[in-house]
Amino acid sequence: MKSVIKKIITFTITLLLVSMVAFLMFQVIPGDSVLTKAGMNATPERIEELREAYGLNENIVVRYFNWLKGFVTGNGYKSYTYNMDVWDLVIPNLKATILLAGYSLIIILAVSIPLGTVLGYMSGKKKKSVSRKIGSLFDVVNQGIMAVPSFFLGIMISIVFGLMLKWFIPGQIVSLEDDFLGFIGAITPAAVAVAVPKIAMLTKFTKSSITENIRADYVRTARSKGMTLTSILFKHVLKNALIPVITVTGVISTEIFAGSIVVEQVFGIPGLGKVLINSISSRDYPVVMAAVVYSAIVVLTVNLIVDIAYRIVDPRMGGKS
Amino acid sequence: MNNNIKRIGTLVLTGVMIISAAAMVGGCNKQDNNKEKDTIVVGIQQALDGLDPHTVESAGTREVLYNVFEGLIKVESDGTISAALASEYSINDEGTVYTFVIRENVKFHDGSVLTTEDVKYSIERNAGLLSEGGEALDDAFTNIESVNIKEGNKVELVLKTADSEFISYLNEPVIKKDGEKNANEKKGPVGTGPYKVIENVAGDRLELTKFDDYWNPEKAANIKNVTFKVVTASSAMLGMKAGTIDIFPYITEDQANELEAAGFEILDGNTNLVQALYLNHNCDKFKDVSVRKALNYAIDKQEILDMVAGGKGTILGSALFEGFGKYYKDCAGIYQYDADKAKTLLEDALGGEKLTFTVRVPANYEVHMNTALVIQNQLKEIGVDMKIDAIDWSTWLEEVYAGNNYEATVVGIDAKLAPKDMMRRYYSKGSGNLTAYNNPEFDKLYEEAVATTDEAKKQELYHKMQDLLAEEAASVFIQDNVQLVAINKKLTGYTFYPIYVQDMACVKWK
Repeated sequence: MKSVIKKIITFTITLLLVSMVAFLMFQVIPGDSVLTKAGMNATPERIEELREAYGLNENIVVRYFNWLKGFVTGNGYKSYTYNMDVWDLVIPNLKATILLAGYSLIIILAVSIPLGTVLGYMSGKKKKSVSRKIGSLFDVVNQGIMAVPSFFLGIMISIVFGLMLKWFIPGQIVSLEDDFLGFIGAITPAAVAVAVPKIAMLTKFTKSSITENIRADYVRTARSKGMTLTSILFKHVLKNALIPVITVTGVISTEIFAGSIVVEQVFGIPGLGKVLINSISSRDYPVVMAAVVYSAIVVLTVNLIVDIAYRIVDPRMGGKS
Repeated sequence: MNNNIKRIGTLVLTGVMIISAAAMVGGCNKQDNNKEKDTIVVGIQQALDGLDPHTVESAGTREVLYNVFEGLIKVESDGTISAALASEYSINDEGTVYTFVIRENVKFHDGSVLTTEDVKYSIERNAGLLSEGGEALDDAFTNIESVNIKEGNKVELVLKTADSEFISYLNEPVIKKDGEKNANEKKGPVGTGPYKVIENVAGDRLELTKFDDYWNPEKAANIKNVTFKVVTASSAMLGMKAGTIDIFPYITEDQANELEAAGFEILDGNTNLVQALYLNHNCDKFKDVSVRKALNYAIDKQEILDMVAGGKGTILGSALFEGFGKYYKDCAGIYQYDADKAKTLLEDALGGEKLTFTVRVPANYEVHMNTALVIQNQLKEIGVDMKIDAIDWSTWLEEVYAGNNYEATVVGIDAKLAPKDMMRRYYSKGSGNLTAYNNPEFDKLYEEAVATTDEAKKQELYHKMQDLLAEEAASVFIQDNVQLVAINKKLTGYTFYPIYVQDMACVKWK
C-alpha cells in the first residue's frame, strides 16, 4: 500500500516537472502564437486583443499556473489555432494514436515472441547443426530489418501494396466513430510499418534470451530428470527468459505509443502526430503541451507496468522498493 | 500460470488474424479513378482554424469557407465585383453611404430566409457594433459608423470617413443572426453558400454537401459532396496517385511534374502575391538609393522564374499585382537585367567596399527559399555576398515582420482586393509596413488616393505610387508567383480568382 502511494506521488511530481520544463522551453524558442494565428493582415489592435484573450500578457509563472488549471479542469483550455477546447480536439486523435500503437504492439508480441522462442530453441542446439545455421541466417536478416525506419517502410508499403498491388488505398481512412472495424482495417498497413522493425528487435532479444537459458545448467538437470526439451521450454525456460523481453517490450511500447507521429503523417491517419506537427508550427502551445504531457504519461505508465510485470514473472523482485 | 499464458497467446493470435482478415476485405474495395464519384477530395496543407467566417484568421480557412458562406458582393474571377446576396447596390457621391438591396429568395442552410436583420447583424458583428465598446473583428470595418435597415428590404451602411474602395470588403460573409451562438466546432454557423457543412473534424477534414435550395441556379454546385482534407505534401502525392485526392492546389514545380507524369492535369493561375527581395529601410546598408538600384539591375527575374517555376509566373516591377485590375500598372520594364550597370552603381555608392548582407527566408515556403538561392548566385556576379538565414514561418512573423529585426527577406505579400491594403505597407504611418519605408512624397499620394472618390483620379494616384516605389527601388519586386493546381483529368471548371478562393461549385465532371 505504502509503495503504491509512493509511486503515485513520484508519478505526479515527475509529470509536473516535465510540464514545467516543456512550458519553459516553448517560451524560449522564437515564434509567436498570436502573430502566427493572425498573420500579416491583422492590425496591431487585433493582435493585442488576441494576446489579451489568451492571457499572454501575464508573466510566465502566472501563465504556467493558468495553463495547469486549464489542463486539469478543462475549463477554458482552448487551442489558439482551432478555437476549440483542447480536449475535444486531442481526445479523438489520441484514440487513433493509441489504437494504432496498441494494434502494432499486439502484432509485435504475437509475431516476435513465438518466432524468437523457436529461433532461440533452434540456436540452442548443437554447433554445426542445420537449425543453428538457420538461426544465424535469421540474425543477419533481423539486423537489416531493424535498421529500416518505420516511415520509410511506410512509404514503401504504400507504393508496393497500395499503388502497385492495390491491396489498400493510401490515404483512405475510415472514420473511427462510424466504423470501428473499417478503421482498424485502414490502419493495418500503418500498424505493420510500425511493427516490422520492432518485431526484428524483440525477436532478437527473445531469441538470445532463450538461447542463453536453454544452455543453462537447470535445463540439463531437467533433461536428466527425463523431461522433453519442449516441455522444459514452456515450463521453465520461457519464464526465466522473459525478464529481458519485458524490458525491451517496455522500451518498444514507449516508442510506439509516443512516437508513431511520422508514420501517422505518411498514412494520413488523424492521430496525435498530425495535430502535434500542426500545433508546433503554429505555436499552439496548449495543444503542444497536452501532447507533451501525454508522452510523459506514456513513459511513466509503461515503466510502471514493466515494474509490475517483473514482479509477476519473478516474485523475488518485489522485495525491495 | 502456463495455461494462462497459452490462453492469452491464443486469444491474441486469433484477434490478430480476425483483424487482418477484416483488413484484407476492407482492402478489396478498390476505387475506380475514372468514374464519376459522389465525393471529390481536395487536399489542403493547412488545418482550418475554425468555421466561424468572421473570427477565422487564416487565408487558407477563408478560401475553403468561401463554399459555405457568401457576402453581399462577390469578387469574380476577373477581379470585377458583382452582386451576390445584395441584388443591387449604390454608393453616394461622397463615398460615405452604401445602400444594398437584399435579395428576397435567399435561404440559409437551415431553411430559414435571409433577412435584412441577418445582414445588419453580420456587419455589426464584424465592426464591433453589437455592444457598446465592442472590438471590431475586421479592421476594415472599424470605419463603419452605423448600419441601418431601410424600407424595401434595404440595408444602409454609413461610413465615418469617405472610402470608395469599401465595396470590396463586403464579400465578408453574412451569417444567420446569432448563428454563431448555436454553432459548434463540428457544424459552424449557418451560411447561404452552394455547399453546406456535414461535419468538420478539426485538424483533419471538412465535409461539405450540395445545398439544394441554393438561390442562384447558375452558380449552384455540380458535385454532390466535397471533402477538404488536411494532408502533408508527401501523403497527398501518394493520395493523388491512389485516387483518394482529386484536387491538390499550391503544389511546387517538381510536384507538378511528377503528377503530370502520373496522369493529372496541371492548371496554372496567379497566387496573388507580390514576391520580392524586401529590403529593410532601417538598415544602413540600403539607405542609399544607388545600392537598391544596383540590386534591381543585378537580379535577373526571368531567370528566377525559369529556375523556380519552369518559367511560369508574372514578373512585377512594383508593389501591386495584376489582380488589382485597373489600379495595377505594369512597371516590370523599369529595371532590365544589366550586371555591368549594377557593378558601376555599386562601385560609385560604396567606393569599392564589398556589400554583405543576410536575407532571412521562411524555409517552409520552398518557392521563396529557391528564389533566395537563385538571387544569391546572381548577386555573386556583381561581388555582393548575400547570406541566407532559413527560419520557420512563426519566427519570421515575430522577428522579421513584427520585430523589424532583419536586413532583407524574400517573401510573398498578399492583400485584400482594395489597393490601399497593399499600399499601406509603404505608408510611413501605416500598420504592416514591413520594410519601414518612409517617403513623404509617397505618404501624400497615399492619403490623397484613399480620400478621393473620383475613380479616374484614384487610379492615376495608385499608378503614380507604383511608379514611385519602382523608381525609388523600394525593394526588388520580383513576381506574382504561379499557382499550380493538380486536378483529376475527369474534372473541369476549376477557376482561379484574384483573392484566396477554392470555388468548388464551378467544378464538375467532364
